[in-house]
Amino acid sequence: METARQVFRRNLQENVEVCDGSPELHVLAVDDSLVDRKVIERLLKISSCKVTSVESGTRALQYLGLDGEKGKGSVGFDGLKVNLIMTDYSMPGMTGYELLKKIKESSVLKEIPVVIMSSENILTRIDRCLEEGAEEYLVKPVKLSDVKRLKDFIMRGEGKDSGETRIRKRRRRDDHSSLPQSVTLSSSPALACDPSSTLMPSSAPSACSSKRAKLCI
Amino acid sequence: MDVMSQLRRQLLEHTAFLRKEGFLDDQFEQLQKLQDENSPDFVVEVVSIFFEDSEKLLNNMAKALEQKIVDFKQVDAHVHQFKGSSASIGAMRVKNVCIEFRNYCEAQNVEECFRCMQKLQYEYVLLKNQLEYLFRVEQQIRAAGG
Repeated sequence: METARQVFRRNLQENVEVCDGSPELHVLAVDDSLVDRKVIERLLKISSCKVTSVESGTRALQYLGLDGEKGKGSVGFDGLKVNLIMTDYSMPGMTGYELLKKIKESSVLKEIPVVIMSSENILTRIDRCLEEGAEEYLVKPVKLSDVKRLKDFIMRGEGKDSGETRIRKRRRRDDHSSLPQSVTLSSSPALACDPSSTLMPSSAPSACSSKRAKLCI
Repeated sequence: MDVMSQLRRQLLEHTAFLRKEGFLDDQFEQLQKLQDENSPDFVVEVVSIFFEDSEKLLNNMAKALEQKIVDFKQVDAHVHQFKGSSASIGAMRVKNVCIEFRNYCEAQNVEECFRCMQKLQYEYVLLKNQLEYLFRVEQQIRAAGG
């Protein structure tokens, strides 16, 4: 029986651009708050990621070539492939959830992992986003440890298992058999995978601050 | 004690004071960790954006609350934004007033909203003064070769 780890890798392997053997993630950050854009840019740059930040869902879709122009795939109009999208939830006009939906409905873009960021820890909202295919729901303010964990998460899918058929990411509610997910509603989200992850109980009160497939590698 | 050590101690003590009094929380420290030789003015830059943003939002809130018929959703939207940005820089007291303020927006209580807005303005000015002092000390340290 396949391990969860192998399934995971297969799902993510095509998401990382590897050039000259030194993979650098390109992240598209979407947030209407200038303060938050500045912070997320810094978090990503310090984590050795390339960043493109935009202020709205509409701009994000334009960048991704999904606004009516011929689909350019997950390559932004400046030619850089996008490996991850991090979007704020509450934005005027198109919310992060609506952006998520549009991305997951696009045959060209749906494989790009999308992470939702929100200052509000609302379970129904978290569930809705995850069901729609969000990789993770981060409660703001986003920390360096969150970004590091995300980066590892995506990088793990890189390389080794090329040649295997990739399982398409299905909506979580249909997904009973593949990824061994668990939603922790406890106050101490013990994500054992990343030793550098420092989720302090003080910043993650009663409800869980992030739900993700728990793979201990 | 030489000037440099004195300045550094001032900086440490003042930061500790701001933490103790609840002006700033952990998040501010997280921001400081993101500052390095590649981005030596990161904290000042983010905080400056925060100041600009805040002043706009406070103005907008005031205008919205002065309307004959108050649009509480609009007020709430401004407070929500302010809550977000203050949380992002670790401005805990400001953030907490925002939380209280949002409750009154939901309750559509004009008087309490006004009171909150005043409280918010007060906390914001206090914080701004504190941070500007902090940045001045840092600037002095740098000028002295630190």
